[in-house]
Amino acid sequence: MAALLETRGLKAFYGSTQVLYGVDLAVAEGGVTALLGANGAGKTTLLRALCAMARREGTVLLDGKPFNPRQAEDAARCGVAHVPDGRGTFLGLTVEQNLRLGAYLRKDRDGVAKDLDRAFSYFPRLEERRQQQAGTLSGGEQQMLAISRALMLRPRLLLLDEPSFGLAPLVVKGIFDILRAINRDEGVSMLMVEQNASLALALADHAYLIETGRVVIGGAAAALRADESIRRVYLGY
Amino acid sequence: MAALIHQILSGLAMGSIYACVALAVVMIYQATHLVNFAQGEMAMFSTYIAWALINAGVPYWGAFFLTIIFSFVLGMAIERLIIRQFDGAPVLTVVIVFIGLLVIINSLAGFLFSYTIKSFDSPFPETMSFGRGYISPHELGSIGVVLVVLALVYAFFRFTPLGLAMRAAAQNPVSARLVGIRVHRMLAIGWGLAAAIGAVAGMMAAPIVYLDPNMMLGILLYGFAAALLGGIDNPWGAALGGFIVGVLENVAGAYLVGEEIKLTVALAIIIGVLVAKPSGLFSRAIVTRV
Ligand SMILES: Nc1ncnc2c1ncn2[C@@H]1O[C@H](COP(=O)(O)OP(=O)(O)OP(=O)(O)O)[C@@H](O)[C@H]1O
Ligand SMILES: [Mg+2]
Repeated sequence: MAALLETRGLKAFYGSTQVLYGVDLAVAEGGVTALLGANGAGKTTLLRALCAMARREGTVLLDGKPFNPRQAEDAARCGVAHVPDGRGTFLGLTVEQNLRLGAYLRKDRDGVAKDLDRAFSYFPRLEERRQQQAGTLSGGEQQMLAISRALMLRPRLLLLDEPSFGLAPLVVKGIFDILRAINRDEGVSMLMVEQNASLALALADHAYLIETGRVVIGGAAAALRADESIRRVYLGY
Repeated sequence: MAALIHQILSGLAMGSIYACVALAVVMIYQATHLVNFAQGEMAMFSTYIAWALINAGVPYWGAFFLTIIFSFVLGMAIERLIIRQFDGAPVLTVVIVFIGLLVIINSLAGFLFSYTIKSFDSPFPETMSFGRGYISPHELGSIGVVLVVLALVYAFFRFTPLGLAMRAAAQNPVSARLVGIRVHRMLAIGWGLAAAIGAVAGMMAAPIVYLDPNMMLGILLYGFAAALLGGIDNPWGAALGGFIVGVLENVAGAYLVGEEIKLTVALAIIIGVLVAKPSGLFSRAIVTRV
């Protein structure tokens, strides 16, 4: 499989504080890559650095071409949708307005209408709450909304920052099933940050474990899953 | 009774002007959490442009629309060239910038057009066949113009994709960027719109308060009061606050205390309301459930 996204020697900074120290990773075309690591390892920062939300150095290639958005709004224009840390829904707007904003860059009205229905077919709860303010949704519903909003862009690459955060196990399972379906049926590639290593490794084809800004282990997800010592030492399950 | 109705109606007319100013102030506040102290002076300058156009022979309504376009561009330019430079600066710095802008526009108007008071004609007839003694044609016309402006602004934010994008950019700039909205451009458009709305207020006020570089000072104060009363986080509450302040001011002036200290009474009532309900009468804090 060719790489859709590739980073080489990626460094990231907040002001003068360096957080990433040369990360090499790849997301295959149509693949799912999981990014694991302890709190403060730099996972969120990596996603931010990709989207020009943190200063970065090094090489990032999207489809083999340099991917250097000057501002976060340029990332969306390259087909990269980001479900950020904390979900980032527009709390004061309705569910439907949130979804329409996800399609802000698209001009094909019919396609947008179809994708709205598709989002509702994945998450029927959102349809029931279509005219409700996003701020009144439960945490799980907001996560569904955040993912659906990102998909409204029809992205090539979906960046997900801890989609399971703060959600009940059953809700998490539902969301992961849908992510799997989206990946399989629509070929959307994903780079997923997760604390829940077992779930993430079950969905991903590749995985990287980062520690204080460096990749310590990377490879096929199946291999990480199979390696008892890695599981015990790094993944804790 | 007739006198009271007259006071209320002309209060609504002044109130419509306060409503525009309050709306302009709140629009910028919502996007930036900053109160633009120069909003009144921008409106005053726009009114001078209208005056100059009319004096140059442009028919009133032509001048009216040209002034609105000019103000929109001026507002965008001020955001792009000046306010943008202070992105992320401490609040106090930005307040100083706004006050500096106020002084600069005021003296620029004085320099260009002199400080002598000028009369500014109303586009509406001098007399009309109905409502005599209750409301003047200019008062009725102002209310009508402002209601049209409010309806247009409402429709813009409610029904157009650009309006929705501006609301998104104001509410959550980070997420707005992630869906591809050019947040800075939205901010500039917001400044343009606020300046255009302010220009309408200036042009409607000028036949009543006359045209001079300080014409908007009192009006801006009432506009702020209206915004606080109605709720600084709700543009429509703020506009409604404008009408309420206009009526309060007029009725208090006529019946309670006389013209000299009506401002005091009106402000006292507003402070009373704010003590009871600090976020304003029509505040709509987002219902969150986290
Ligand atoms: N805006 C910021 N300014 C300065 N430092 C920051 C900022 N955001 C994060 N950091 C620092 O960067 C480091 C990495 O943070 P990051 O949020 O990327 O971690 P993470 O791997 O996502 O952790 P978690 O699992 O807790 O979400 C941390 O030490 C953090 O303190
Ligand atoms: Mg994180």
